[in-house]
Amino acid sequence: MTYEPKTLKVVGTRPIRHDGADKVTGRANYGADFKLPGMLWGKVLRSPHAHARIRAIDVSKAKALPGVKAVITGGDMPMPDGGVTQAGESAINTQHLAKNLMARDKVLYDGHPVAAVAAISESIAREALDLIEVDYEILPHVIDVEEAMKPDAPLLHDDLFTQNVEPKPEKPSNVAQRIFVGKGDMEKGFSEADIVIERHFTTKPVHQGYIEPQACVANFAEDGQAVVWCSSQGQFLIRDLCVNMLGMEASDLKVIPAEIGGGFGGKTTVYLEPLALVLSHKAGRPVKMTMSRGEVFRSTGPTSGCAIRAKIGALRDGTIVAAEMDLKFQAGAFPGSPVGAAVMFATAPYDIPNLSITGWDVCVNVPKIHAYRAPGAPNGAFAFESVIDELARELNVDPIDLRAKNSVAEGSKAPYGPTHGPLGGLECLSAAKNHPHYKANLGPNQGRGVASGFWINIGGQSAATVVVNRDGTIALVEGCPDIGGTRASLAMMCAEVLGIEAEKVRPSVVDTTAIAFNDVTGGSRVTFATGKAVVEATEDAVRQMRERAAKMWDIEPDSVLWRDGAAHETGGEGRSLTIAQIASKAAKTGGQIMGHASINAAGAGPSLTTHMCDVEVDRETGRVTILRYTTVQDAGKAVHPSYVEGQMQGGAAQGIGWALNEEYIHDEQGRLLNAGFLDYRMPVASDLPMIDAVSGEVPNPNHPFGVRGVGEAPIVPPLAAISNAIYDATGVRMRDLPFSPPRVLAALEEAERAKG
Amino acid sequence: MARVVLSGDLGRRFAGGEVEVRVPGDSVRRLIRALDERYPGIAGHLEAEGMAVAIDGVVYQDALLEEVGPDSEVYFLHAIRGGRA
Amino acid sequence: MPKIHVSTTVNGDTVEFLCETQETVLDVLRNTLGLTGTKEGCGTGDCGACSVLVDGRLVCGCLMLGVEAEGKEIVTVEGIGSPDRLHPVQQKFLEDAALQCGFCTPGFIVAAKALLDSNPEPTETEIRYWLAGNLCRCTGYDKIVRAVQDAALEMKGQQA
Ligand code: FES
Ligand code: FES
Repeated sequence: MTYEPKTLKVVGTRPIRHDGADKVTGRANYGADFKLPGMLWGKVLRSPHAHARIRAIDVSKAKALPGVKAVITGGDMPMPDGGVTQAGESAINTQHLAKNLMARDKVLYDGHPVAAVAAISESIAREALDLIEVDYEILPHVIDVEEAMKPDAPLLHDDLFTQNVEPKPEKPSNVAQRIFVGKGDMEKGFSEADIVIERHFTTKPVHQGYIEPQACVANFAEDGQAVVWCSSQGQFLIRDLCVNMLGMEASDLKVIPAEIGGGFGGKTTVYLEPLALVLSHKAGRPVKMTMSRGEVFRSTGPTSGCAIRAKIGALRDGTIVAAEMDLKFQAGAFPGSPVGAAVMFATAPYDIPNLSITGWDVCVNVPKIHAYRAPGAPNGAFAFESVIDELARELNVDPIDLRAKNSVAEGSKAPYGPTHGPLGGLECLSAAKNHPHYKANLGPNQGRGVASGFWINIGGQSAATVVVNRDGTIALVEGCPDIGGTRASLAMMCAEVLGIEAEKVRPSVVDTTAIAFNDVTGGSRVTFATGKAVVEATEDAVRQMRERAAKMWDIEPDSVLWRDGAAHETGGEGRSLTIAQIASKAAKTGGQIMGHASINAAGAGPSLTTHMCDVEVDRETGRVTILRYTTVQDAGKAVHPSYVEGQMQGGAAQGIGWALNEEYIHDEQGRLLNAGFLDYRMPVASDLPMIDAVSGEVPNPNHPFGVRGVGEAPIVPPLAAISNAIYDATGVRMRDLPFSPPRVLAALEEAERAKG
Repeated sequence: MARVVLSGDLGRRFAGGEVEVRVPGDSVRRLIRALDERYPGIAGHLEAEGMAVAIDGVVYQDALLEEVGPDSEVYFLHAIRGGRA
Repeated sequence: MPKIHVSTTVNGDTVEFLCETQETVLDVLRNTLGLTGTKEGCGTGDCGACSVLVDGRLVCGCLMLGVEAEGKEIVTVEGIGSPDRLHPVQQKFLEDAALQCGFCTPGFIVAAKALLDSNPEPTETEIRYWLAGNLCRCTGYDKIVRAVQDAALEMKGQQA
C-alpha cells in the first residue's frame, strides 16, 4: 500500500478527539482508577543501598501482622529460561527482567525491589514493609559511566563479558557490549580536512517524567486464569512479559488496557504486574498496586547518562569529510542502553563519507535504563550538533547553511547503510531559515541556537477491525493504547476511506483477547503502522459493501464504485446505496459486515527536524530563560494537525527540561537525592514560551496518506539548540548537561577568569 | 543477483571490513542462506531477534519472506528498534 | 486504626465518610467516595493533578487531610460543567487539543476554572504563573495556555 496524492476530506482536519469528553470530565479510567470487591493493596520494599549482597530476609513479623494476606521475596518468583521479548523500541532479556522485578542475591540500585506484601489496607501494607528485616552486606558501587569502565571498577555482574570485541575478554566487566557503525577511510578523511574539532560531552540520567505513576490491579483465579488491568504502552507486551516471567500460557492471562497517563517509552515494560499476579495468586484475592512518585524515580527506567567524544573534520568550504564518535552509555543495573540508536543516528542528518562511530553499553548502579522518547538520539545529537555549531563559527558560515550543505537527501546513504528514499531534511532547514524567528533581533545577553535531529521511526505489527453497524456508523477496534490522540487520527483515516465524517467512527482500544497481537505504542509507530492496518481493514469493509450492493442490484461488483460513504453503480441506472442502506440489509445479503487487517508494517519514513531557540542568560545567577522556540519537522502528512503540533511542542518542552534542569543526583552512597518533582525540576508553564510548531510535509511513499512518525524526533535537537544559544549569548560553550544555574554561573566565572 | 552490503559490525565480524557482495535469492530467507554459505555462521546472526533488513531503503522488521529484486540493495541493521533500552 | 467521622459537601451533595487520620482528601475522594477524576501524580503537592476547590479556593487534595474537610465545600472535576453542557474551560480544552494523555487535565481544568473565577481576563503571563503548580509532561503547555485564553474570551462573551 503506497502513497497516492489525493484530495482529502477528513485527514488534515481538526475534529474533537473521540475520548475527549471523558478526559475533561474525569470519567476516563487510568491505571489507578480501578477497583474490585475484596481487593487487597500491594506494596514493595525497596533497597536503600546502591549495591549490596542480601545475606538474609526475615518476613516472619510482616506475615504475622493482622490484615497481611501475602508476603513474597525473590525466592517466590520463578526464574524464567533465558530469551528475549521484543518491546517496540526495546528487546527485553527475561532473566534480567526477573532479577529487576525482585532482587535475588544482590541489589543493584537504590530502589531495587526486595520484597512485596499484600494487605487489606494501604496502611497495613505499609506497616508490614517496616517489619521486614533485610540483612545487607554493602558493596562498593559505581554510577559514572567512565568510572564503571575502568578495570578495577566495582563489578555488578560477575558473569558479564563484553560482547563484540576482539579478542574475547577473559575477565568479566561492566561493559556489556560494543556497537560499531562506520564506512570509508578515517585516516584519509581526517587528513583531507582543513579543520578538525574534537570535544568531550557528558549527560546525566533523566526520567521520562510521565505524570501518572505505574499502577495495576491483578486478579488470579483458582483455575489459573488471570486478569490484569493496567496502564501501559502495550497490553500485549504486558501480557507476554508476565506470562514469560511466571511460566503461564498466553491464554491464561487477559490484560485490559486502562487509559495511560503518559509513557514516553517508560511504560514498555513491567514493574508491578508480575508481583501483583503472584501476590494475588498467593492471597486468593485481587491485588492493587500503585507506585508513589518517589518509587517511580527510584525504580523505573530513566534514560542513560553518558560520556561522548565527538570529532569532526571539514574542508574550508564547509564540506564535512569525516566524523568519529565514541559513545559510552549507562545501561543501569542490567545491560541494554539505547546506545545503538545513538550510534546510528547521531550523525544521521548529514551525509558524511568517512564515519567511525563506536558505542559502549555499560552497567552501573542505577535502575535499569528504559526507553525514553527517541532513545539515545538526543544524547548523540547533543554532542554532534554542538561540534557542528563550533564548525560553523570556525568557518564563519551560517549554521543552517552549513547543515544544508551537508544534509542527507533522497538517494544519500544513512550512516547505518541503506539508501534514503524521500525525506525532508533540506525542507526543514530552509523553512527554519525563512522563518521570521530566524531574523528577529536579539538583545544583550541573548543568543540564538540551531540544531537538527533525526529519528528513524518504526513500523511493526498492528491489527484493526472495522465493524459496520446497521445504522451506517462504524466501530473501529484496535490494540494500541492511545497516549496522545491516536484514536482520533485512526478514526479519521477510517472515515477518509469510507467517505464519512470522523464522528461517525467510534474507535476503541481493546484487551488482549479481542484483537490480534499489536506491538506497543512507541517509536512513533501508531499513526503510521496501525494507520496502515486501519486503512486496509476499512478497504476490506468497503470491498464487502461493494459486493453486497452488487448483489442487491444483481450486477458485477466491478460495476460498483465507492465514493462519499456510498456504493454507486457505474453504468446502468446510476443507482446508489449508503452504508446504512447496505448494512441494514446485511442479514439478508450474507451476514454482518466486518473488515479486518493484521500486518507487519514496513517502510516507516525517517523524520528530520530542525529547532531554533532564543535564550537569555542572567550573568548574576546563571539562569537561562527560553525566550522563543520554534520547531520545524517533516511529519510526512499531519493526520490531525493539532496533535502533530502537540507532539512537537511536548517533545521540545521535554528537551528543554533535560537541557536546563533535569538530572539524577546521587549522594556518596549512591542514593538518589532528588526522587520527587520538587527537586527533579521539570518545566512548568511559567518556564516556557509558546512553542511554534511548523510541520512540513514530504509524503512517506510507504503510507497511503504519506504519514511518517512524529512523536520521537522533537526531543532530539533541544539539548544542542540550547547549548548553541547559550554560546551565542555568552561566548561560553556548555558541554556537560544540565545547564542549571550553578553550572552556567561556574562556566561564566571560569571564562571571566580565563580572560583574566 | 541482489547487492548485499555487510557494513558496520557485521562487515567487521564476518568479512574483516565493509564488503558488498552479489548473492542469488529472491527473498530475504534465500539471501540469508546464500550468505551463510559464504560466511558460515552469519545466518544465526541475521535471523536473531531484533535484526531488521533494509531493501532498497525500506526498513522491514522481522522480514523473512520479503521479496528481493534482482538489483535490490540490501542492508542488515542491528538494534533497529532504537536500542535495547 | 480508629477512623474519624467527617461530614462535608462534595459537588453540592452532603457526604459523610470515615477516614484514618493520615488519609488525605485525595485518598478519600478516590478510594472512599469513588471520585477518581481527581488524580495522584506525586502525593507531595508538586504536580497539581489532585487540584480541587475547597470553599472556592484552589488546593492540592494530597496536601489536605480528610479530617480537615469537616464542614467544608469541595468541588472536584466531576462537579464542573453540567450534564447538558461542558464548562467553557472543558470545551476549549477539547477544541484546542490542550490534552494528550489527559492525566493532568482534571487538575488543569479545576485550576483554570479557579483562575477565571477570580480573574476573568488574565494575561498570558498570569495564566502561566497561575498554572505553574500543575505539571503537564505531554503538551509543552502551549495549547493549554491558549485554551484558557479562549475560555476567558468565551466566558466574557457569555456574560455580555
Ligand atoms: S498529587 Fe497532589 S500535587 Fe501531585
Ligand atoms: S496531557 Fe499528559 S500530562 Fe498533560
